[in-house]
Amino acid sequence: MNFDARYAAQSFKSVGTRPIRPDGVDKVTGRARYGADFNMPGQLVGCILRSPHAHAKIEKIDTSKAEKLKGVKAVITATDLPDLTNGDAAMYDILDNCMARGKALYDGHAVAAVAAIDARTARQALKLIKVRYKVLPHVTDVDEAVKPSAPLVQNDVFTAGVDPRPTKPSNIARRSQYGHGDVDAGFGKADIIVECSYRTEQTHQGYIEPHACVASVNSDGTAELWVCTQGHFVFRQHCAGLLGLDVSKLRVTSSEIGGGFGGKTHVWIEPVALALSRKAGRPVKLVMSREEVFRASGPTSATSIDVRIGARSDGTITAALATLRYSCGPYDGMWAEIGAMTAFACYDLENVRSVGQEVLVNRPKTAAYRAPSAPMAAFAVESAIDELAGKVGMDPVALRIKNAAKEGTRSSYGPVYGPIGIGPTLEAVQKHPHMNAPLGRNQGRGMACGFWFNFGGQTCTDLNIGVDGTVTLAVGTVDVGGSRASLSLVAAEELGIPYEQVKAVIADTSTLGYNDMTDGSRGTFSSSMATISAARNAIAVMKERAARMWDIPVKDVDWEDGHARARGKKHGNLPPLSVKDIAAAAPKTGGPIAGHSELVADGAGVSFATHICDVEIDPETGATKVLRYTVVQDAGKAVHPDYVEGQYQGGAAQGIGWALNEEYIYGEDGRLQNPGFLDYRIPVCSDLPMIDTQILEIPNPNHPYGVRGVGETSIVPPLAAIANAVSNAVGVRMTHIPMSPPRILAALDGKKAG
Amino acid sequence: MSAIAVSTTINGDDTEFLCQAEETLLDVLRDRLGLTGSKEGCGTGDCGACSVIVDDRLVCSCLVLGAEAEGRRIETIEGMANGEDLHPLQSKFLEHAALQCGVCTPGFLIAARDLLEKNPNPTEEEIRFGLAGNLCRCTGYDKIVRAVQDAARVMKGS
Repeated sequence: MNFDARYAAQSFKSVGTRPIRPDGVDKVTGRARYGADFNMPGQLVGCILRSPHAHAKIEKIDTSKAEKLKGVKAVITATDLPDLTNGDAAMYDILDNCMARGKALYDGHAVAAVAAIDARTARQALKLIKVRYKVLPHVTDVDEAVKPSAPLVQNDVFTAGVDPRPTKPSNIARRSQYGHGDVDAGFGKADIIVECSYRTEQTHQGYIEPHACVASVNSDGTAELWVCTQGHFVFRQHCAGLLGLDVSKLRVTSSEIGGGFGGKTHVWIEPVALALSRKAGRPVKLVMSREEVFRASGPTSATSIDVRIGARSDGTITAALATLRYSCGPYDGMWAEIGAMTAFACYDLENVRSVGQEVLVNRPKTAAYRAPSAPMAAFAVESAIDELAGKVGMDPVALRIKNAAKEGTRSSYGPVYGPIGIGPTLEAVQKHPHMNAPLGRNQGRGMACGFWFNFGGQTCTDLNIGVDGTVTLAVGTVDVGGSRASLSLVAAEELGIPYEQVKAVIADTSTLGYNDMTDGSRGTFSSSMATISAARNAIAVMKERAARMWDIPVKDVDWEDGHARARGKKHGNLPPLSVKDIAAAAPKTGGPIAGHSELVADGAGVSFATHICDVEIDPETGATKVLRYTVVQDAGKAVHPDYVEGQYQGGAAQGIGWALNEEYIYGEDGRLQNPGFLDYRIPVCSDLPMIDTQILEIPNPNHPYGVRGVGETSIVPPLAAIANAVSNAVGVRMTHIPMSPPRILAALDGKKAG
Repeated sequence: MSAIAVSTTINGDDTEFLCQAEETLLDVLRDRLGLTGSKEGCGTGDCGACSVIVDDRLVCSCLVLGAEAEGRRIETIEGMANGEDLHPLQSKFLEHAALQCGVCTPGFLIAARDLLEKNPNPTEEEIRFGLAGNLCRCTGYDKIVRAVQDAARVMKGS
């Protein structure tokens, strides 16, 4: 059935309310089953041996002693994961990252794995595997890696995206460029130019649940995988491809997921667990330790960014230029490219250019982290915008409003914007009482803007109506933060029944059609669109059934408030039929009632946010305390406002940690020195204030209810907002994230000396 | 090495198990007794996801040996509700949407109940410091603090 996804204004009954989530009781009683909470009969315990070197040739792996240990059922190396990628470079990189092939490329790179009857035996077996390494020179720093003298991470990578093709290999895997207009001419028209370089350190998504899975490969070529993932259908394709299984014979079930933030969009241990199970002939459970999570999964890019912005004396920006170097780990990525696309997306610019460079380093493969790449670019650009406001002598909010993108603006990354929220969020901030609250000694206030594209993508949903009229909604986008509640609200809204009569579940890969991952803030946007479509299809069926029950033409049946109603005076005496009435009669009117939907959710509306932050600096210790924090963000339509606020608050908190404290610290030996929550300290409850939120609703024209993705944009402004606040408090421009106490003390010392 | 026989009480029930000397209480709860409500987020006592009560004391069960449970009273998340009746903290966490992924929630609930038993009338700051041993990466803690404040109000009234 044709589905019209265009926005239509309406008043809502269910959408916009705040009911308790359907998976809630399981989660407060400990019954919810996460990745490590599942077991299979005869299950073995898997463990992975990891490289202690940042860069080394693997000359020999001797597994013979480990294989002989009593209780060991399988030992694997890269040989047990033969290359089936058929020239697909991206898949080959995934394979190589799961198990090193010839070279270990970072501290923590998997080199072998065992499956044994218990954890103790598995750990003993790891110690019996002898690996002979030839240690190679390494590079972990993004600025060091781009120097011509730097050791090469990969010997056969030549910078793509430059013409002519370079003749020498380089750690710059790829160059990308976005923008329009004539930047040089634009700078020529500028009265004032600001120029500065910024750095951000590498951070981890920091989900509390480590990666975990149970894999079971059968002798008949079928297999099962239970796993915490943001996208079980994508995991199925990757694992099937790497293991040589038929996609349809690998059934992947997504467990409850204990946080992902992008880090669970990539396979890490799952192909290894399947290979172990295949070799051992038994199910294998594989769970990462926290140290493994830090050393070998995630993290985001470390970056080095140069920004130049020119403006006329009235504050109109005439040109903007950025060069962004993002670390990718040892494999090509698109992280700098995304940074280049997002850097200037908040502004209406005549002349703009951004250049991205993907930089290879001997660190773990960079993974997506909530609005990946955008926070660092926003830190650099929004810091520069604040500098510009200071030089022009304008209020930073007013300068941003003057240059803000609006409907019809050609974005810096190409598309022309529809209705967008950057202007409204800035105006809301300008009016917000937070902006006028008094500040004390050693205190500073900052604000900044952020942008995220939002994704749509392939989505499939089933809506089944039970014999009692209650509804099961089966979706294929993993619920990472309450989307089952939102989607149940949408189904209830569309069908006209109470929320409590809908139960949403996440279907496994064998019971529902393909779905893209829960990434790009697409979960609620895409699956709500598919849910609306499925519900409308079910309503069409129910209208037919009602027509049959009444023995009238279906064209005379309307659907209103959860009831079929016979239209017109000739049917005036027929009482309306509820979903329950129609469902009860279903066995006699044509059988089960269901609505299905398969679609590509296009038109995810872009998202903007503006944040305000107050900080206080302790000049003795250099420590920063966040005193007050306000998030203003466009949600399009907040389906379940509690969970929208939760996304705003959570993103802000992660941004606060990134801005002030979190960083990967590597030693001279190329080893990660802080792979644990004690030394890689994420914000705790006593570090933070309440995080105030303001939801704006500027409808997305490409969704029936106006919904936009909300999950990621909230992490984009904090680095810059906090940097602007700290810079205002200390009186020095802070250009290096995190603004940890030593960096703040150094800035204060420099100010005294200067 | 032969296993150690341990007799203990878990959520009011007499319980016996065998464990190896190096096994943590968390390993025993999860892998031997099927009580997977306590989670392992770090294994080093930094995240609080494995919080349980041992003889009225809040501990990280990843830092306690299984053998140390001998003769003790252990309370876990599985024993927090009274049958179908949720503890006020559990209800308030749901009402306030104080969880997103939910993996830290069992630890927060155990720690928050311990906090309110010791201090039924905590200030916001006391709640924030009382729960500083539990990491949550999803919520920014705002709704957790509000849920605990609301639960404290309800529990005083009952």
